[in-house]
This record gives sequence, C-alpha cells and structure tokens, in this order.
Amino acid sequence: MGYEAVIGVETHVELATRSKMFCGCPNGFGAEPNSSICPVCLGLPGALPVPNARAIEATVSLGLALGAEVAPHSVFHRKNYFYADLPKNYQISQFDLPLCRGGHLDVEAEGGTRRVGLTRIHLEEDTGKSTHLGASGRIRAAEAVLLDFNRSGVPLMEVVSEPDLRSPEEARAFAAELRAVILALGISEARLEEGQMRFDANVSVRPEGGSGLGTKVEIKNMNSLRSLQRALAFEAERQTGLLSAGGEVEQETRHWDEAAGCTRAGRSKEESSDYRYFPEPDLVPVALEAALLDRLREALPELPAQRRARYAALGLDAGAARLVAEGDGYGPLLDAAVAAGADPRQGANWLTGEVTAHLRRLGITLADAPLTGAHLGELHGLVAAGRLSATAAKEVLAGVLEGEGTPAEVAARRDLIQISDETVLEAAVAEVLAAHPAEVERLRAGEQRLIGFLVGKVMQVTGGKADPRRVSEAVRRAAG
Amino acid sequence: MSGDPADLTIAEAAAALRSGALSAADLLAAVRRRAGATEAQLHAYLTLDVEGAERAAEAADAALSRGEDPGPLAGIPLAIKDNMCTRGIETTSGSRLLAGYRPPYDATVVGRLRAAGAVIVGKTNLDEFAMGSSTENSAYGPTRNPWDPDRVPGGSSGGSAAAVAVGSALGALGSDTGGSIRQPAALCGIVGLKPTYGLVSRYGLVAFASSLDQIGPFARTVEDAATLFEAICGHDPSDATSYRGVPPVVRPTLEAGPEGLRVGVIAELAGEGNEPAVLAAFGRTLEALEVAGAEVREVSLPSIPYALDAYYLIAPAECSANLARFDGVRYGRRLPGDTVEQMMAATRRDGFGPEVTRRILLGTYALSAGYYEAFYGRAQQVRTLVIEDFARAYGRVDVLVCPTSPTTAFAIGERTEDPLAMYLADVCTIPSNLVGGPGISLPVGRDGVGLPIGFQVLAPPLGEAVLLRAARAVEVLAGFAARPALATSEAR
Amino acid sequence: MPVPIDIAKVARLARLALTPDEMEAYGAQLGAILEHAASLQALDIQGVPPTAHPLPMLNALRPDEVEETLEREEVLAQAPDRDGPYFRVPPFMEDE
Repeated sequence: MGYEAVIGVETHVELATRSKMFCGCPNGFGAEPNSSICPVCLGLPGALPVPNARAIEATVSLGLALGAEVAPHSVFHRKNYFYADLPKNYQISQFDLPLCRGGHLDVEAEGGTRRVGLTRIHLEEDTGKSTHLGASGRIRAAEAVLLDFNRSGVPLMEVVSEPDLRSPEEARAFAAELRAVILALGISEARLEEGQMRFDANVSVRPEGGSGLGTKVEIKNMNSLRSLQRALAFEAERQTGLLSAGGEVEQETRHWDEAAGCTRAGRSKEESSDYRYFPEPDLVPVALEAALLDRLREALPELPAQRRARYAALGLDAGAARLVAEGDGYGPLLDAAVAAGADPRQGANWLTGEVTAHLRRLGITLADAPLTGAHLGELHGLVAAGRLSATAAKEVLAGVLEGEGTPAEVAARRDLIQISDETVLEAAVAEVLAAHPAEVERLRAGEQRLIGFLVGKVMQVTGGKADPRRVSEAVRRAAG
Repeated sequence: MSGDPADLTIAEAAAALRSGALSAADLLAAVRRRAGATEAQLHAYLTLDVEGAERAAEAADAALSRGEDPGPLAGIPLAIKDNMCTRGIETTSGSRLLAGYRPPYDATVVGRLRAAGAVIVGKTNLDEFAMGSSTENSAYGPTRNPWDPDRVPGGSSGGSAAAVAVGSALGALGSDTGGSIRQPAALCGIVGLKPTYGLVSRYGLVAFASSLDQIGPFARTVEDAATLFEAICGHDPSDATSYRGVPPVVRPTLEAGPEGLRVGVIAELAGEGNEPAVLAAFGRTLEALEVAGAEVREVSLPSIPYALDAYYLIAPAECSANLARFDGVRYGRRLPGDTVEQMMAATRRDGFGPEVTRRILLGTYALSAGYYEAFYGRAQQVRTLVIEDFARAYGRVDVLVCPTSPTTAFAIGERTEDPLAMYLADVCTIPSNLVGGPGISLPVGRDGVGLPIGFQVLAPPLGEAVLLRAARAVEVLAGFAARPALATSEAR
Repeated sequence: MPVPIDIAKVARLARLALTPDEMEAYGAQLGAILEHAASLQALDIQGVPPTAHPLPMLNALRPDEVEETLEREEVLAQAPDRDGPYFRVPPFMEDE
C-alpha cells in the first residue's frame, strides 16, 4: 500500500518596519546586545503596548494579495506561557479574531498547479534571543543562558496554510512562492539564514487516494527551504515506515536535526501548552476602514504569479519567465527593454545568460550595473539590422556592463560592427569563390558542408566582420 | 490657617506661594517636619526623596521669584503610591520581589506632576501589588490609621491616604481597581477620587487588573482633588486604553450647588449590611441634600450582587497575567535554581505574599483550559449587565450615592484570616470599576469612637463635572472639618 | 461544597513552587471563593456580549516611528545577574 503525505506549513515572518510591534524601539538593530530596548519590550513593571500601524497594514496587504478576507473587527490576545526570552511571560498575539482569514497561494506542483488554501494570517510579537553557554553543538549541558532582548517585540506575521500540500517538494515550492510574494510586497527582507522567515510544519500520512487524515506530527526548527523539504521527506518516510510495519504514529512535536538529517522527539512537556488565551486588556480592537483597505489594495504591486504569466504571454518559456520574475530587478529591466523595442525572448536570454554570468564575474548586482532597458533595446536594433552578430552582441553586453558606454559606442570602440552592406559582401564572396574553384565545384555537386568552409574564408577576408548569416546566403546564391 | 503650612490645602498653599507669604522650601520643610513627627507611628511612606524634593522646591521658588506663574501645583508637596514608577527612585509596589528596584523611567502621571512643578516628597505604602483593602498585605509592614493607630487606614492606597490625612503631604496619588482610593479615603477622613477609566494614563502604573485600574488623587478638599485631576488627566499615546477625546471640564460647574441635582440612592448598598453609624451619617447627608433642593430618590441596581463575583474573576485573571513578568530574570529579587524554571518558581513563591498568591492562582485557574467560558468569559458578560444596569439608572438620575464602606476603620489583624470578609469591604466601590465611571468619597461624619465615615458619589463615564459638583455640594453641607489627633508636628 | 481544583497543576502553570501544605491551604481557599462565583452560573446571560473595556474604543495605534531607547547600563544595573551586555539566567530545563 502506498502512502501520501498531507502537509500544512506555518510560516513566521519578521516584518521590515522601522520600529517594533508595540514600542518605538528600532527594528533590526541587532549589532550590540540589549541596545534596542525600552520598558515595553523588556517587560518592565508599568509598561504598556501600543500597536504599530504599519505592521498591521503590511499584514493586511499580504492578506489582500492572497485573496484573504480581512476581519472587520480584529483583536489581540495574550498567549500565556513562561519562558526566559519572553519578558512578560505572555506573548501578545491573536487568537480567534485574526487580521486575515482564508486566501490561497497557487504553487507549481508535479502535474500542474496546486491551489494551497490559507487558514489565517495574524500578527504577534517576537521573543528575545537566548544563547546557551557551555553548549556542545546542540542545546545540551549548558551552564548558563545569556539573554538579548533586541529581537523582543519585533513584529512577527504568522501565515498558516491548510493541510493542502501533498509532498515535501510542494511544501518547498509553497514556501518559496510565499517568500517571493512577501518580497514583492516589500514587507520583509525574509532572509532565511538570519531567521527572518521560519517554518513549522504539520505532517501526517494516509493511504494513497484516501480522504481521512492520519495523526499529525508537528515539526519545528526548519530554517531554510532545503531543510524544510528534507525534514518533511524524512518525516513522511518515518511515518510511512511506522504504519507499514503495523505501528501507530504518536501525536507529538519533533525537531529537525539538520546535522543528523532526522527529526527527533521533543522533550515532552508536562502540560502541553495551556495558553489561557484572553483578549489583551491593554489594547483595543482593530477595525480597518474600507477606505484604508481600498488604498492598500490599489497599492499592491504586480505579484510574482502575475509577472510570470505576463512574461509567458510575451513568449518566454516557464523557466525563463520564473528567472526573470524572481531575479532582483530583472523584471523591471526586461519591461523597459521591451518598451525600448527589444524582443522579449532575446532580452530574457541576454539577462539570464550573459548578464547574469557577467554580474557574478564582476561581483555586483544588477542595481549597481550601468545597464538600462534602453541599452537592450538598442542592442536588439543592432542585431536585427544585421550590424552585430549574436556573438558580438554578447561581447557588447559585457562592454556595457563594464561601463564602456552604450551598445553603439561599445561596438564601435571594439570594432564589432558587422559588414551588412550587400555590395561589400558580394565583392568578398566573389573574391573567395574565385579563389577556390575546386570547392565551389564540389559544393555544386552536393557537398553541402563546403558552405562552412567558404563562409569561413569570406569571414577571414572581411576580418570577421561579416554577418555569417548573410555570407552564407550570399555564398549559396553565388554558387548556384 | 493654623499656622503650620502642613495643614494648608493645596489651594491655600498655592495662593500663599504666589503671594510670597510662603516659600516652597518652607512648605516642604513643614511637610517634612510633619512626616518626621508622624512616620514612626504611621508608616505611611516607604521612601522619601529628600534631594529630589528639595531641588523641585528650589525650582518652584526660582520660578516664583522671577515673577512667573508656574501653575497651581508648583511647589506643592505630593506623595505617590509606590506602585507608580519614579525614575531612579525605589519602586516596590509593596512587594519583596521589587525591593531595591529603581525604574529607568517615570510614569506618565509622575512626569505630568513634575512638569507642573510639583514637589514629590516620596513613595507611599500599599497592599502588595495593590491587592487588598487594609494595607496589611504590604511586605514592608502595615500603615496605621491616623485616627486610631490600632486600626487600618484602608487599602490598597493606605499610605497615600494616611499621609494626606495627617499632613505629611498636601495631596497624593493612589490607584483604584476595586475601591483602593475611595475606601482608604473614607477610612482616613479625606477626599479620594477615582476618575473615569481611560482619563488618566496607566503608563508606569504597575498593573494589577488592566481593564479596571485607574490612578486618582487624594486631597483634603474636593477643589484640591479637582486640581490634581486636571493636572494628570488627558490622552497619553503610550497608553492604548487612554481616552482620546477632550477630558471633562469640571471648574465651571463645581460650585453650582445641589439645587435640581437628581440623586439616586443605591438601594442594594444603602441598607442593612452597613454599620448603624455609617447609615446614620449617610441618612443625615441625604436629608441635607434634599433640604438644599436636590431630588433624592431610591434606585435599584439588581446587578450589584453579581458585580462582586464578576470582579473577583476578572481582576485575578488579568492580574495573573500581569504579574507573570515578575520572574527574577531582568529585575527584582532572584532566588537560586538549577534551572531557570526552578529559579522562577522559587523566586515567585518566595516573593509574593499570600493574598497575591491567592489571586494569581485564582486567576490562572479561571483562565485555564475548559474553564474560560464558565468563569472569565461569563464574568465579562456579567460586566455588560452591570454596565447596562447603571446606564439605565443614569437615565433617571444625575448621580448615584451610597456609603463608601459598610464599616469604619477595622482593627489591624481583624480580617487577615478571612479573605472573604476582607473582600466584602469593597462591595460599595467595585461595581463602578466594572462600569468604568468616576467615583469619589468624601468625609461626612464620624462614628461613636471618632472614626470618619465616607460618602460616595458615582457618575456616568466622563461625568466628572456633575460628580464633582455633587461632591462639592455634599462637602459644603457636611462641613466636615475634623483632623486626626496625629496631625501635628509636635513631638509626642 | 467547595469546588475541587487541581491546585498542583494551577501552581505549575503559574510558576509557583508551593509546598504541599501551601497547596492544600490555597486550594481550599480558592474553592471557597469560587463557590461565591458559582452564583454567576445561575444568571441567564444568553446572548449577552462580553465587555472587555468599559469605554468602547477602536484603533489605538501608533505610527511606525523610532523613539528613544533606554540606556543599556541603567537597565542592566537592575539585573539580578548579568554577563557583560547580556542578562544571565540558569540553564533551561530542556538543556538537561
């Protein structure tokens, strides 16, 4: 019997606001420990929270982008538990009246598109960071714990998906797409390696084609797209193995151990989380006005899926469309190039090929490079007019990226302009054919490959500046 | 004027300062002398800020000598209940957990008083974390009632009330969650005002029950209480529950008198259950009001009995979460432990007194899984009923009245063994905390052994103008002028 | 009859290391107080909305602006235990 995985992903995202969620401390300070603190984010006696309007708008924007319903009346709740990096020993979060409900994200899956439903999107505050001293690798045998509250109170958005994912690959694609949307909205820098975007997942397995739900296990501590996929693959296999052998899956929380490549049972807590949620009495509800929602909706940028679709309509294949849509600044540059007359597919090829390679070589980003859409348009024009060969075009691109000027200037300076004047070409061809009568005879007799030989000779004569395409045509015409 | 500046009202002192008859330095010195003569017996203060007070008095005198009019509180010595943060000055909230804790910031109300030029004399004693009705729950020993040192001053703001009653401050701030300003005011024979919830910022007030706590003034006259209220009320962007509208304007109608005022006597609180002397003084006051032209009628508020039960679920629930931050990690006292969990549990057990522990346990239980709907959730629904009940009554009357406390000051140690008996002291004051409306207590008489009796006036939310008008009318009619024997600076 | 309460569980949730005697005493007191609250059970509150705040207010927010932080030294000076710029605590239970 085959088993299929049923997966739901919970994503926490640190929002890129200037200040923290409930106080005016700078967000993302980071450098010196405990340098961005105040009575509120430190949980001092007498402190009170006041919510960051921008964080709320950012969360609602994501909801609008993903087709969620924005709650007409939203409430913050206290989630009560004791933990040393949680200064108040409760976290201000949301419970039954989150900012957004529902929505979906379409993900490229094997054999088509999977529409992954979203349960909710809500807003809460992040905790401080603990460093365990005397630890050897994992959190074990620590002598003491050091606490830094710079991160305490940073706005944290939580996106919960429905258990609609059916494979670890899909889950990864979902996470990547969610990240792309968040980046497009500009509400977080979502740097996974810095923990600005973190994942938990719920995994269960069931017989293939089944409709019920198996016992689900929560997996925590997956901090990259790769580890998300690996952890889910491991867990699905573990559960499948258990059930196949006649065992049962225990409902529990497991942690992904990146180094060992497996999930491990978490330490069992005595009371599995009685959070005693109640409405935050230091805050009042949030009721967003229709006018604000309209403004946020109108301000939504083109989302990755929309952009990919637009490029596909322009003729790009799926792979190229994705690369251009996701490359930092690539999309706008291609759009400008097309506006300046460039061919979309050719422009995309240049961007994903030569330009990308060159940027890597130079160690710069597209934003730093002196390449504009007008340049690409001009380049296209030169190629279409036959004045630059495809190879020469790449060299010209390199020149532009290195700051040598516009394509025309680079081509001239590097003497790359092709001869496309028919008269000159005819003369060169005639000269070569006259010099190689034997080959011409053999060509007329059917040895097509001699075209290459003759074209090569013409290229030599013209110093490589002839358009090989035109030469080839001319040779054929002249040879008969 | 008796001659001792410590016996001046704020209004009298301000006038004397402005006219040059008195300097702020001399006023402070008089108040400090009074404290010196009374503190050994009274124990109203936990901390005296000698240097800070002197600097503030100097600044006030400097401004006055420059001919400036620095406002009605400049140079006035005030006391602050020790559950309000004062930067760099020990703030204990009456708990062992915060012994030695010096906040790195001022509460908003403290900042406003300082900006008004007030002289902050020191921090006063309270029931631990403001939980109690007698100040016997303080980890630092009880404050005693200035009228009889074997009796309690009331609580939780007993220290502030006693200091004002005795003259070791001309006014003070307290906090009121279930009556903790009004009840001590009654037991100490002074005026105590709990403003409308949201009118005074809670930023910097060590939280007890967030949806009920309010900071308010103690003073010896209604006018002084109004002055202090005006100085501290108003929107604070640091407090999300702070009222954003214009605060009530109380001066124009303060002396409007009782004629035409519609007064509702809360039937459930003005009958049996009160000591005879309390009822008698209450009744006399009602008669005087009627004779002076007020319309006095009885009003029934059937939700009153349930208000107490609802309060004793809501307040502990909120406090159980508010007090979770006291864990020995970032500030305050810490006991050792092998793990941080053990450290926290040991620190909290050792640091909290029995009353606080009781309420944390009760609150945690009321919120725990499976019990929310039955306890906390239901109590919030009952709160709605109480609010609606009061709103209906205010449709027919301008103010509601009842005795502030069913008894006068009880003996120290009398009720500490029975928490339920202690809770009943708040039955007259609690309902208005649930409603959020303002309430004031002022003295109208004394019982057979000379203990003061408090008269409570309640008004709808944002009704401070009619509240203070009614209180002032009662003050005039009652003519209460007695002072406790302890209110003297002479050595005993 | 006082309502029976699992006082040990409540004390754990509240991080209070009570002794068995204390637990018994508090348990009994809580039970008595809750009987008081049991009277609320008799009320008909069908459809009555809960009140979280006495004065209905909405949208008390603040703009996304940076404000002054506290001086680290003034704060750490209050710490029961510190290690340079950090607060220090004993190891977490899961570290064992």
